[in-house]
Parts: sequence; C-alpha cells; structure tokens
Amino acid sequence: MPEISISKTASAGSVESSDCLVTVTPADSIEIDYSGANKKIFEKRTEAMTRAILAEYSVTAGRVHIQDQGAIEITLRARIETAVERALEARLP
Amino acid sequence: MKKHAGTENRPCRSMLYIPGDSPGMIQHSPAFGADSILLDLEDAIAPSEKDAARKMVSTFLDSFDFGSLIVTVRVNPADSEYFENDLKEIVPRTPDAVRLPKCNEISDVRAADCLIAEIENDNGIPVGTVKLHAMLETALGIENAFSIAKASPRVAALTIGGQDLTADMGVQKTLEGWELFYARSRVVMAARASGVSAFDTVWTDINDIEGLAKESKQIAELGFTGKAAIHPGQIETIHEAFRPSPKELARAQRVVREAEIALHSGKGVVSVAGRMVDAPVIARAEHLIALSRLYDYEEDGGGLA
Amino acid sequence: MTDFVINSIGRRVPLNVPGVGSFEPYAGAFQKAGPSRAAGAPVHPRSPQRTKSKVAESLEQAIKRSGLEDGMTISFHHHLRNGDAVIPMVLEALQAMGFRGLTFAPSSIPDAHDCVADYIMRGLIGRLYTSGVRGKLGTLVSSGEAGIPVVIRSHGGRARAIEEGQIAIDVAFLAAPACDAMGNVSGSSGPSACGSLGYAMTDAMFAKHVIAITDNLVDYPVGRNISIPQHKVDQIVAVPSLGNPKKIATGAARITRNPVDLKIAKDTFRLMKASGAIAPGFSFQMGVGGASLAVSAYLEEYMKGKGIVGSFGLGGISGHMSRMLEQGLFKSLFDVQSFDSAVTDSVRNNPNHVEIDSSWYANPFNAGCLAHSLDCVILAALDVDVNFNVNVLTGNDGALRGASGGHCDAAAGAALSIVVLPSFRGGVCSIKDSVSNVTTPGETVDAIVTERGILINPLRKDLIERAISAKLPIVDINELKDKVERLTGKPEPPDVDEGDVVAVVEYRDGTLIDSVCRVKK
Repeated sequence: MPEISISKTASAGSVESSDCLVTVTPADSIEIDYSGANKKIFEKRTEAMTRAILAEYSVTAGRVHIQDQGAIEITLRARIETAVERALEARLP
Repeated sequence: MKKHAGTENRPCRSMLYIPGDSPGMIQHSPAFGADSILLDLEDAIAPSEKDAARKMVSTFLDSFDFGSLIVTVRVNPADSEYFENDLKEIVPRTPDAVRLPKCNEISDVRAADCLIAEIENDNGIPVGTVKLHAMLETALGIENAFSIAKASPRVAALTIGGQDLTADMGVQKTLEGWELFYARSRVVMAARASGVSAFDTVWTDINDIEGLAKESKQIAELGFTGKAAIHPGQIETIHEAFRPSPKELARAQRVVREAEIALHSGKGVVSVAGRMVDAPVIARAEHLIALSRLYDYEEDGGGLA
Repeated sequence: MTDFVINSIGRRVPLNVPGVGSFEPYAGAFQKAGPSRAAGAPVHPRSPQRTKSKVAESLEQAIKRSGLEDGMTISFHHHLRNGDAVIPMVLEALQAMGFRGLTFAPSSIPDAHDCVADYIMRGLIGRLYTSGVRGKLGTLVSSGEAGIPVVIRSHGGRARAIEEGQIAIDVAFLAAPACDAMGNVSGSSGPSACGSLGYAMTDAMFAKHVIAITDNLVDYPVGRNISIPQHKVDQIVAVPSLGNPKKIATGAARITRNPVDLKIAKDTFRLMKASGAIAPGFSFQMGVGGASLAVSAYLEEYMKGKGIVGSFGLGGISGHMSRMLEQGLFKSLFDVQSFDSAVTDSVRNNPNHVEIDSSWYANPFNAGCLAHSLDCVILAALDVDVNFNVNVLTGNDGALRGASGGHCDAAAGAALSIVVLPSFRGGVCSIKDSVSNVTTPGETVDAIVTERGILINPLRKDLIERAISAKLPIVDINELKDKVERLTGKPEPPDVDEGDVVAVVEYRDGTLIDSVCRVKK
C-alpha cells in the first residue's frame, strides 16, 4: 500500500442545513477538526469515520476540517470522499 | 446497491426531481409521497459540482433505505464528458433506472445500452437489471420515439422533456400546452406500441396548483402513465389526476372477477354484461385496481402547498 | 442537595432543594391529590381612601412604596414576547436601588433577555422560578455558574404553586398595554397591545402588591376589555414605551411549506380523524410550530366541509385559531396567551374570544381547568424517548434551551395528545433510549407523529386499532429509532455531573419529575 499525503487543498459540500463543508489541507500527520452544533455528541464518531475513509484512500497525512451543519452519516461520507478525491486528483494519471 | 422493496411493476404516477447534491432533500425523499424520485446529475448540477453530486447519489444508493420508492438517476447526456463516469459510478449501485437525456436516435440508446451492459457484466449484475428511461427533448427525438422505445429491451419508459423541446421547436411553452399536443400524443402512442411507460414533462410554476391539476388530468387522459414533479407540493395533485373514478374501478373489478372465473372454468372467452372482453381490457382493469390501492391511504385529497 | 430518590418514571430527583424547600418525587400523572386549602393572597394592609389616581411619580417611587425588601419575590409576565422591555427596565431599577437576593418568578423569560443572566451574576437575583431558560441564561444555569436554585414549572403548575403559596409573590410588575389611572388594565389595545394577559391575571390576583407599568395611560375607564380590574392594582407607573411593538405584535405565522412538516401535519390530521375526536363539540389546542399550524389548516378545511362546529379552542391562541372562531368553526376561544397580532383584534372585538387566567387554563387542583376538557392537543418537542417521555427543556448536550410552557398540562388534560416532530433534526435522531430530561411523562402522550410513520403509545390499544383500520402508517417506536440511528449514528450521551443539580423540574402537581444536572465543560 502506498502512503499518500494530502499535498493540495480541496473542499466539498456546503454550509446549507443537513449538509457539511469538508476542507482537506496538507499536514504532517492525520489531523481531524470537527465543528458544528453536534460537536459534543458526534466528535468521536466522526473522527473514527474520517480515519476509516482516509485509510480507504491510503492517506496517512493531511488535515480534514469538517463544518457539520447537521449532516447524516451518508452525507458526511460523500463529502469527505469528494474532498479527498479532489485533493488527490492532481496525483492521478 | 439500492435496497429494493418490490418496486417492479409498481404504478409510477409521479417522479420527483431532486438535485443530486442536495442531501437535505434526498434524506427525506421517502416522506414526500412520490411514487418515484429522479436524482438529477444533469441540469440541476453546476459543472464544478458534477463529481460531488455523483458521489452523493452513489453514497445514498449504497446505504440509504429508499423503502418502496422507485429510484431513477438522470445522468448527463451521452455527448458530455461526464456521461461515462456517471454510468460507471451509478449502474453498479443498481437504481431502478437511469434516465438518459437528449435521446435523438436509436444510436444514442444503443450506445448507452452497451455501456450499461458492460458495467453490469463487470459487476456481476444480470444484464438488463438497470432500466433505461429515454428522454425525448428534441423534434428529432419525438419523431424517432417508436424506434427509440424499441432500440433495446432495457428501455422501460419514454419521457418527454418539455422545456428543451419547445425551445427546439422555436415556440413558447404555454399554459394550455397545445404546442406539445402532437409531441405528447406521439410519445404516448410510441410507448403504448412498444409496451413501455410514458412520462410527461414538469409543470414549472410551483405556485399554480390549479394549472398543474388541469395539465395532469389532460395528460392522464391522453394516456401518459406518470408525470414529473419539481416540488413535493405537486405530488398529491399529480396523483389525483390518475385516480380511477369509482365507476371505472367498479367495472375493472368486474372484468377481473369474470376473467378469473373464466380462467378457472377453462373458458377461453371472458364476457362482462354479455360483451366480450379482450386481453388489453383485462390488463387495463388489473392496472386500474393496482392503481386504486395506492389511494387507500390518500383518500383525503387536496393539498396545502 | 444530598438526598436523591428515583421517581416512578426512573428519574433521579432530590428530596430537598436548599433555599427552596422539600419536594415529593413524581409518582404518576394523576397520583397526587391537591391540598386541602389554598394559601389565599396575603396583602398589604390598606386604609379606605377616596382617590381617582394611583399613578406613581416614577418606577423607583413605586418600588419604594411597594415595601419590597431583599430576598422577596417579584413576578413578571411574558406576553410581550421578545419585544418586552419591562423586565430589563425593572431589573435595572432594582439593581440601581441596591436590592439583593430577590426571587425572580416570571411566567417565562423571553429569549431576548440575556440581561437576566447578568443580574444573577451581580447578586440581584438569588432564586429563579420560571417556565424555561434559553440562550445566555441557559448556558449560565447549565454550567453551574449561576449558583442559585432554579425551579422550572409548567404554566398550570405555576398557577397551582401561586395558589398554594409556594410562589408567594411580594410585588408583581405588570406590563399593561392599556391602563387607566385607577389601574384597570387591558392587553388588547395600545401601541404595545399583545392580546390576552392570562398569566398576569393570576399574578395580580395573588400578589401582595401590584404595580402596573404602562406606555398607554388612557382616560378612565379603560374600556370593556378589562383583563385586570383596578381593585387588584396598587400603583401605576407611566413609561414612554413597554418595548418594541414589532417584536410584541409579530405577524401571523404562515403555514409551512416544508414538505417534512406538511407530511407530519397530514398524518396527524388523519390520526385525529381516525380517533373519532373531530366531531361536533370538539375542543382543541395546538402550538404554533410548523407542523401544528398546518394541522389546523387541514382541520379547518375538514370541519368546513363536514359542517362540524367545535366547542372551544384553548391555550396559546394563534391567528389561525381566531380565524376559525370568526368562521364559526368553534363556539369560543379561551385565550391565556395570544401568539400574534391577528389575535389581538379578535380578543378586542369578538365576545366569544375569552381571556382566561392560567389557573382556569391548566391548574390541576382547582375545581376544573379547561385543559382537562380538551379532546385533542398537538404539541411539539425537542426529543422523545422509547417510553414516549417528552423533553422540551434540554438540548442534545444536556444544556437548558427551552421552556416547559403548557406542555405537560395539555398532554395530561387532553383525551388525545399528539406530539409532532421530525424523526431526525440537525443530523440527530429525535427518538432516544432515554431523553436527557422529562418534561411530559409518556403515560400522558398518546401518539408521536413523524414523517417516517406514526408511533402510538402501547397503552392506547383502542387508538392503535382505529389507526390500523384507517390504514395509517403505524411504526414501532423502537424500530423507527433503530432505523433512524442507522442514518444519523448514535449520539454520545450528554456529559453531565449527576451529583450537581442545577435546576429541578416540577410536574404540574408540584412533585419533581426530573432534575437538570450540570453540563461539564
């Protein structure tokens, strides 16, 4: 498995209600920053979810910021994946 | 993969358009009362968000429980740079159907059909699982309606795109809709001739419920089997237009009863009130009865929206 | 607070609140009997006096003459909603005059009044009795920083507590939209008209001393709509303004276009119809939330179509209800609090629109409150649990952010009480294993209607049968919770310190139904 670092900033999603805005930026290790009204009750869940998604993309370094506007898990996943794919796009052949 | 709950052969009176990158709408789609939803990757999505919408729709198809909703996805047209990726992401998740915009000729449908079959094969999905709804939105497409419907067994519906079509015809879309009369008749006839469903275009003024009711009634009488909606508030009105009248329903029940009796007693001929009844009449009667069941829980009619 | 017990619905409540007194634990919605006598209203000795004016020179002078002392109880009403300037005005005067440790006992606190939090920190307010707390005040109380006893009561429970003497009001400050020089007060005219003065009526009846504050001192007498008569009012203070008229007289709420709310409303209406409740003589109460208002629109259409005339509409009254009165769909409206400006006209002009005090509305222990004659009530909620308990006070993090209102009163009183709420909101499932706080016990909730199905309390077998024959989409509450949690995930329980109670929640009968614990930082 190649180890991939996020080398480009990219974002996906919106700040509409039921959505979330995900921004990935370069960092030395995996950093996850989850904000929004559900921070207290969903921080651990979201962090575990984000780490699992990053692992699917073999990403070992990068910062993921999630501004949660009340998204369900499907939406969080879709937005995180889109942001990661956009950040990695430059690397693809 | 989309979770199926016996959506085959379910009457589909309404198709609610939902932008593919609108999770707030998609997550509540089972509550809107539509028979089907159309998750849109085409017109509702800006070019910069095509990837995000595709991902959103794919992720919902992967794990969302749509219940008994018929789910179709409108992909981008075959001549767009998004077309292949759309199908590659969407088809493996087996929505009930893919809606293909701007079908002008047989070749458009065949090209999509081949690509979908290839994707089905690659993913171990029986070929033909994902149906195709061909959108006719040009004069050429309307004229080729029948051949497009017959282009592949995958085609399950013809659907008319009124906005683009009137533009292509060089006319205005009017409230009365006479400019679409020929096109609608042609699409219905082609659909009936080839045994597929016929879906009508959207009514764009969400505040004009009366206009919607009138148009819906007209297209139902013309022979369309369903109509697209752009707002949840339009659904009840569309459904109302397809409600069988009590008289129609009573006759349908009688036809089906007589047909059953004839079947059990080995009679080849079905007759109701002394008149012979053919297979298409029986099929229509069965359809009406299935349709009427959808109204059991909607008896109140009327709406607020 | 040392001694805790577990009440009949499994909630941990103290037996004693220092600075307030002892409490009984909740034992069931109709278990406790009322007291054998009411407290009556202690009054200041007054000598007979010939006078044509009770107008004081200033607020300060009126306060001085009221006999108010440190540690006493002051009350206010919340009919002016977020436009109210009377609470800040009086608290500021009291602070300037050097008062300390007062018991602040308003009928509720409008959202806008963050200043209350400041007066707690500055020592002016030493005890808080209210229907609810929100915003900055909610954060202050929930964090434990307020450091004062807080008792939350329903509207009916507050009326009961006043009559029993648990809330002994020393000085009631009444915002008076129209008032004459002898203190006849009307709520339905003047630049700050707000409609009914129901909660103020109770305060005026039982307070030791009453000060009416008005921006509309009219020629004697005030008119025929007298909410509070002059013999209950000791002094009058004229001020330039009671507040912001735009926020007092909010426009009529419009019917929602949110498809989720409309779906909930439609199924709620269907359930009401299936239950057989909508018949001639029907009585009804509803909130103003999106779904509730839409229910009344379906109801209106149906009653008109069938020619059904209801008996009465109750509670907080919306413009929509007064329109139904106008159309003859109800014989009367009993109005303890008017929700919007359209209602004010109806209060003033329609003789069948009756202003009622909060005891008449919902006190469980008088000789018969209106809530107990309700056929149906539609109520909102923050969240619910699998035992049908309802929370309207605390958010997902356990912090106070709502008001008890008449929720538990109407739920207990109505033959059919329906809670309307979306199955998830803001990405969080609305159905919990256990709500962070119980305002209304599940035994008084008959059904919960969500956009993903109708949940009927298993205690109501009759209603379940009727709903099934009407082919309504009934869902088991546990199944729906699991289904929705698969979408939203399961939230972590609020991080609270169980040993540190920051507020207690009274049931309407005065027993403790729950306590609110300090939210950890």
